[in-house]
Amino acid sequence: MQIQISKEGRVNFISLTGKLDAVTAADFERQAITLTGPDPCFLFIYFSQLDYISSAGLRVLLVMAKRVQSKGGQLHFTNVTGTVMKVFEISGFGAIFRMWNSVPEALAAIG
Amino acid sequence: MTSATLRLPAQVGHLTEAVAFVEQWVDHAELAADKKFCVTLAMEEAFINICHYAYPDQDGTVQLLCSLEKDFFIVELSDAGPPFDVLSIDSPDLEAGLMERKVGGLGIHFIRTLSDEVSYQRLAGHNILRMQFARSPGVASCNPNK
Repeated sequence: MQIQISKEGRVNFISLTGKLDAVTAADFERQAITLTGPDPCFLFIYFSQLDYISSAGLRVLLVMAKRVQSKGGQLHFTNVTGTVMKVFEISGFGAIFRMWNSVPEALAAIG
Repeated sequence: MTSATLRLPAQVGHLTEAVAFVEQWVDHAELAADKKFCVTLAMEEAFINICHYAYPDQDGTVQLLCSLEKDFFIVELSDAGPPFDVLSIDSPDLEAGLMERKVGGLGIHFIRTLSDEVSYQRLAGHNILRMQFARSPGVASCNPNK
């Protein structure tokens, strides 16, 4: 899986490409944790190019979300589609994360 | 060929091989496009559970069996660990809020909901998990409400 990290203004963007499974989740967690520092942060994860996620991937997303929230920040997901969206729905994760159809929508939401 | 087996070390690093093996079969099995990911995901969850839990004190192996029957594509995973019925574990609370939410048990929930039929048996010192996926689109499909 490819992970691209960029920063624009106060938002850290993570773009995921490929598969987030038990093999790739560990590396993703290592990279993503560096973005959830002690200060509140705005973190967006862009899912358009992610075509697979398993419970290992969901675990990392949950850990990140709890960390970000506990430090007063916000984690937003954009462009979740296809089978990844189905997995979110089956797992109930669609209801606990902030999800948006596009990056502009998410930016508008954070004001 | 209507069935084949593959034995792999029960280590997470071998997941990619397990997926490649199953995906070759998925292509022959004439499953609906939206069912294919059900097979791969259910298999990953079952394989990873074995990697994490079946052999606490030593290395061990997982045997994967894929087989095509008239109405179903079958994936079976066996391990030689202590008796353990993975289907006896409850699903997590899917309605818990973010801070209360746990991921434990989610893999088993996927195994149950993504397969059309699933069963466990203990046979000759092995745990055997059998997952069945209906062939021919329209007969059954991955049901998120199951």
